[in-house]
Amino acid sequence: MFSAKIWRESPQRYRLEAAKCLGCGKVFFPPRLVCLGCRGREFEKRFLPWRGRVLTFTVIHTAPTPFVDMAPYCIAIVEVEEGVRLTCQLVDVDLEAVEIGMEVELEFRRIQSNQSDGVLCYGYKAVPGGGE
Amino acid sequence: MRDVAVIGVGMIKWGERWESSLRDLFVEAALAALDDCGLDRVDALYVGSMSPGLFTGQEHIGALFADYLGLAHLPATRVESACASGGLAFRQAFLEVSSGLSEIVLAAGVEKMTDVDGAEATYVLSTAADQEYESFHGITFPGLYALIARDYMHRYGLTREQLAAVAIKNHAHGSHNPFAQFPRKIDLETVLNSPMVADPLRLMDCSPITDGAAAVVLCPLERARELGKKKPVKVLGSGQASDTMALHHREDFCYFRSTAEAAKRAFEMAKIERERVDFLEVHDCFTIAEICVLESLGFFERGKAGSAAQEGITALDGKLPVNPSGGLKSKGHPVGATGVAQIVELVHQLRGEAGERQVKGAKVGLAQNMGGTGASSVVHILEGC
Repeated sequence: MFSAKIWRESPQRYRLEAAKCLGCGKVFFPPRLVCLGCRGREFEKRFLPWRGRVLTFTVIHTAPTPFVDMAPYCIAIVEVEEGVRLTCQLVDVDLEAVEIGMEVELEFRRIQSNQSDGVLCYGYKAVPGGGE
Repeated sequence: MRDVAVIGVGMIKWGERWESSLRDLFVEAALAALDDCGLDRVDALYVGSMSPGLFTGQEHIGALFADYLGLAHLPATRVESACASGGLAFRQAFLEVSSGLSEIVLAAGVEKMTDVDGAEATYVLSTAADQEYESFHGITFPGLYALIARDYMHRYGLTREQLAAVAIKNHAHGSHNPFAQFPRKIDLETVLNSPMVADPLRLMDCSPITDGAAAVVLCPLERARELGKKKPVKVLGSGQASDTMALHHREDFCYFRSTAEAAKRAFEMAKIERERVDFLEVHDCFTIAEICVLESLGFFERGKAGSAAQEGITALDGKLPVNPSGGLKSKGHPVGATGVAQIVELVHQLRGEAGERQVKGAKVGLAQNMGGTGASSVVHILEGC
């Protein structure tokens, strides 16, 4: 059961699969069955770009159980395109140098490794860079 | 819909109550509320609790609590809306009496949080965020509110000292509350030198981990003097609303739309303007939360509540006292109990029995209770009779 819970989310976590509403064009990550904008139910699949910019951030010093060994670590809300945002860790960065507006790239990384049944969980993390 | 009154309130000492179990906490508060109005039984029971299952392993607490209160066989319901569970339990009880379905209903809130260690408690609380798209990445509740605080500081120039002023003010209020977990004053240095939890929020920006419970008894207003012993307090308005679960899906991280909508509905039901409200109990789970809530409730313009505590506006003797009980910061935050304890404080204030923390001339009070980063909110307006 537990591995199904992880596997189920892999299109989003591994490929940044999102859904674009055919009614109003709004993009949702993760995909939804009903559009928040126009309540439409028809969507097309699209992939988000693997880059964005930091809207806000924090450095976690007191971590929850699966992340205790990683602290301190930075978490940011990243806007990857107009209006499409996600929350993820920002790594390989000087924690003092993070700032709002910073350009980042998203990379495929290990997120958690010490779940009770030992399944490794992968997904996206941000690193400094981007902005061609 | 008929008018409803609160006729009994019960509050117990909050803190690390290692000697008391989940059910003990509930029964102690429920008996205090029943004794306060002189009643021995009720027609129905609602209890708000965020996660007794993860904190203690116990689910099915509606039936458990009715059993241990000696009132098995009555309709007993648990409601859950993360940290707004207590406010929601009160609203359900209000609706049940208002609808005419029941005459006397007990609304309680409880959380037993110290049967797990700090990291586990942080994890349990994080289940109130989006599990797959927030918590999965290692964000915590202090972390989510730190994201809000960073954004607010960036946009409105809020200073670290102004944030600290919220905690200092609420501890000053809480120093007069015998039920509070930390009934003592703190100073600026204490806040600024406390350990970093989630930058820019330090330990003294955060409400603590608490064992606690609170309970109130409701009945139809027209029967309040017959059934109760003390001055009844009328429920003028009740409002509830939700918002996107994930913080990152909000257009504005610093504005709690659920709080704004819940307040709009509560004021519409109460048929009063904001000027009539004499004091507020709001959900200061973190210092930044009180600031954003005051703006979302419509008592301050956007970006203007940041200096309210520092300027004394929200102090006990200020123009608009906020959290005379000490708030979540000083009183403690047993998450499911908090919303009910806010109602208890409103009643104490509106009866004029709040002692040294009494808001002078308090006639109308407002309580705002919030779940997650504001994915759910409940607002109540009460008036002394």
